[in-house]
Amino acid sequence: MLTLIAVSLLVADLPRTASGHPDLSGMYDIATLTPLTRPPGLGDRLSLTDAEAAAIASATAARMAATNQASDPNRAAPPTGGDGSEGPAGNVGGYNTVWTDIGTGAFKIDGQYRTSIIVDPVNGRLPAMTPEARAKGAARAKYNRPNRGDAFWITEGIVPGPYDDPELRPTAERCLLAFGASAGPPALPVMYNNLKQIVQTKDHVMILNEMVHDARVVRLNSKHEPPEIRRWLGDSIGHWEGDTLVVDTINFNDQPALGSADRNLHVIERFTRVDAKTLRYKFTVDDPTVWSKPWTGEIVWPATDARMYEYACHEGNYSFAGILRGARRLEAEALAKKKP
Amino acid sequence: MTSVLMKLCLGLIVAFMASGQVRTQPAAIPRLSAASGGKPDFNGIWQAMGSAHYDIERHMARASMMLRAGPHGPLPAVPVLRLGAVGSVPGGMGIVEGGQIPYKPEAQKKREENRAQWIDHDPEIRCYMPGVPRATYMPFPFQILQNAKQFFINYEFAGAFRDIYFKNPGPAETDSWMGQSVGRWEGDTLVVDVTGQNDQTWFDRSGTHHSNQLHVVERYKLITPNHLQYEATIEDPEVFTKPWKMSMPLYRRMEPDARLMDFKCVEFVEELVFGEFRRQPLKRE
Repeated sequence: MLTLIAVSLLVADLPRTASGHPDLSGMYDIATLTPLTRPPGLGDRLSLTDAEAAAIASATAARMAATNQASDPNRAAPPTGGDGSEGPAGNVGGYNTVWTDIGTGAFKIDGQYRTSIIVDPVNGRLPAMTPEARAKGAARAKYNRPNRGDAFWITEGIVPGPYDDPELRPTAERCLLAFGASAGPPALPVMYNNLKQIVQTKDHVMILNEMVHDARVVRLNSKHEPPEIRRWLGDSIGHWEGDTLVVDTINFNDQPALGSADRNLHVIERFTRVDAKTLRYKFTVDDPTVWSKPWTGEIVWPATDARMYEYACHEGNYSFAGILRGARRLEAEALAKKKP
Repeated sequence: MTSVLMKLCLGLIVAFMASGQVRTQPAAIPRLSAASGGKPDFNGIWQAMGSAHYDIERHMARASMMLRAGPHGPLPAVPVLRLGAVGSVPGGMGIVEGGQIPYKPEAQKKREENRAQWIDHDPEIRCYMPGVPRATYMPFPFQILQNAKQFFINYEFAGAFRDIYFKNPGPAETDSWMGQSVGRWEGDTLVVDVTGQNDQTWFDRSGTHHSNQLHVVERYKLITPNHLQYEATIEDPEVFTKPWKMSMPLYRRMEPDARLMDFKCVEFVEELVFGEFRRQPLKRE
């Protein structure tokens, strides 16, 4: 009885809409140092100790401080093809720390710092992939190599080459979707622009993704669209289960935001307001042609006072023409070398 | 006899008054609940009708969005010729008050140039975010999501959106395609002050342009449950000799399954924008 009273008191404190449901509206920043998949050494451990979490946070802060230096205006040009290290843009002058926004600590659920977003399987790792999905992944890996300044597809006879056509490039490069699974569903944290905005009305809940300005409008108490209508972010319908908003999404196209997933993806998300400043976001991913069983993750969405600025990706996508033209140049060089 | 006549007359008078009442009493507009502030409820899918997206000024139908001189008058320009009647422009009484935009002479000249080279310069063709007010009357629906604290407009075209701030954050920190929108209520009318737009967007498919000094004040007023009156005052001292006004009704989409569809046109313009950089460019003849 006491517990019941305590729970109802707690619940009564939450911001609610006129219709009595928890009010999920607001701006959230989901950047976190907790990774999607658990580092293997941590086994089945769901949480970090406070000391471990503090160590991760301070190591990250130190690394950011060390790399957050002004560029030397007198430095020489990077070597042709990059400096040979791993990293975006072949390390010829890609991102430095000023661009990244990965959060300052692991997130906490039920008072415990989490080791991974994935909670099921219990090892915090993705379940095994189907043979079909593994084969697709291997083919993709052949394509997605760091740029070493050579047309490897020419020398290795890979047809079609990874840069032959715009359609062969990743959706993020084409400004069709944010990279990672930023837009989702499930919406996952990425290296920058992690803001989400929720606008809740009686009949709809809109979830806006900052990167590439994707607004997913969830229709409440509605039916799924017929399967011939496919959407980039899938078709989302929602309903309230007590104080939890449950969102069910199917009917994706062939390239959902979630890497490796295909058009059979089915995502169930649960949004629960924990307190005036925090949402708990739990999701289950089911894609039988890709993973041997469904998997579940959990993360918090902390409210922020930050403003969302326009993310005009396509309008400013000068790089994409450069990427394709650069590939044409590398091909010409590789072909010239081949000639006796 | 007299009383029958009287009754008849009375009946007629009552009927007349009743019908008069039906005609003059406006239908009640939907409102958010009192607990949510009781403001007019704009939630729903809306769309403009008419030909303003072709040309916001008063105009007769013409052969094409892009014309060239012909032996006996203007003809469709070569790049749009094969569109035939599909590429022609329907006439319209215009949405500009007074019919004409008060351009400065040099701005008028630029408008004519834009129109002559329409296919190379209209940002709609490249799927760029349309800016304000053009987003409002494109031939695509938009969805308003409104609650006690938020007013959000989600446009189908290019997935553009606007978050209407009710707390003024001060001057826009940078120019953007959709600008910065700050709203306030004047009675039942939502008034939105739009600043911080870049100079890359147009008003229509007829080359109507502006600078980044553009200042738009929009007014949204529900007239009946299913239509609202939209007004916008346009001010841009670099381009126009004086402020001018546009107005038009916007209509609720009545289909029971009305909703925004995906229109990620970025994908649709890839061949146009990047096709020449394919390893094997497709023939365009």
